[in-house]
Amino acid sequence: MGAVAVIAAIGLAIFLLRPAAPKETVIVVPSPDGHTGTVVVQRGETRQVLDQPYATSRSGDDKVEQLSAAEVDEAFGPTLRALPAPPASFTLYFITGTDELTAESKAELQNVLAALKERPLPDVQVIGHTDTVGELLANDRLSAQRAETVKGFLVQIGIPAERITTAGRGEREPLIRTPDEVDEPRNRRVEISVR
Amino acid sequence: MRWTIAAVLLGVSTWATASDVGEIKVAKGAAYLERGEARLPVKVGMPVQQSDKVVTGADGTVGITFADNSLLSVGPDSVLAIDRYVFDSTTYAGQFDSTLSKGTLAVISGKLVKQSPDAMRVHTPSAIMGVRGTEFLVKVER
Repeated sequence: MGAVAVIAAIGLAIFLLRPAAPKETVIVVPSPDGHTGTVVVQRGETRQVLDQPYATSRSGDDKVEQLSAAEVDEAFGPTLRALPAPPASFTLYFITGTDELTAESKAELQNVLAALKERPLPDVQVIGHTDTVGELLANDRLSAQRAETVKGFLVQIGIPAERITTAGRGEREPLIRTPDEVDEPRNRRVEISVR
Repeated sequence: MRWTIAAVLLGVSTWATASDVGEIKVAKGAAYLERGEARLPVKVGMPVQQSDKVVTGADGTVGITFADNSLLSVGPDSVLAIDRYVFDSTTYAGQFDSTLSKGTLAVISGKLVKQSPDAMRVHTPSAIMGVRGTEFLVKVER
């Protein structure tokens, strides 16, 4: 009887003196567009699916809880504010057979500038495309030229050239599928990705 | 042939070499990257590689954009290891594993997860998170 009590006491002491397991919290939050994704938390044999706004899984708790937006900001404010700006994409269109932007796309260039200004050190990918009018290889060249023209605008406004990559995909990746030799304005484009 | 390879690499990203998988976009306070034996103080524009460890001090925060447009940020007093990062910019296939051993982490998933829902996993001392999309937060208190 006494021995059992001693063993129990030793067991309790070991239990109390063990290094505390880390406390872990996982929270799914809605995106700026209001959509909430899903995270599956596997902790040993326990599996929790978080798919509601602010659904929260904690170590040592089998129930999924719901935190308030204020509690989340309290715990994660500095971390959330360190998230990089989400990548932004733009499409500029060209006058047929040329590397000259349409009037609308010259205006759209202002939005590209705004996205660039938001970022301390942006990196930019510029990919040029053509419609199917003309020879395949000529279109490869024209698409590369369109990308270079846009790169030229960006360098002019002060983006370092080494932060910009360009590529030309010719008529190989049309936005709108067409037969050969079709004048399709939506395919005469440059796609710009700003990160 | 060599030029073809160089051209392909240049076409994929502005980042300096093929081993660069992301770039530091936000850096505040005390924070560094552990790369092998080296401790590199973080600054905006610095490339991030597979096997790097992000370590922040009491006032440090770091934000990283990865090749697939995954966004990660690490809060103060944190340690995050980039265990594995593979991304094919043509097929969007790959795998992204990271481990938060202490501190806080915010994640917005990118093209990897959009392409294949199990491509991104975050590990903590007691759990594995499988990411099926978008934005979530992790905290490990010791």
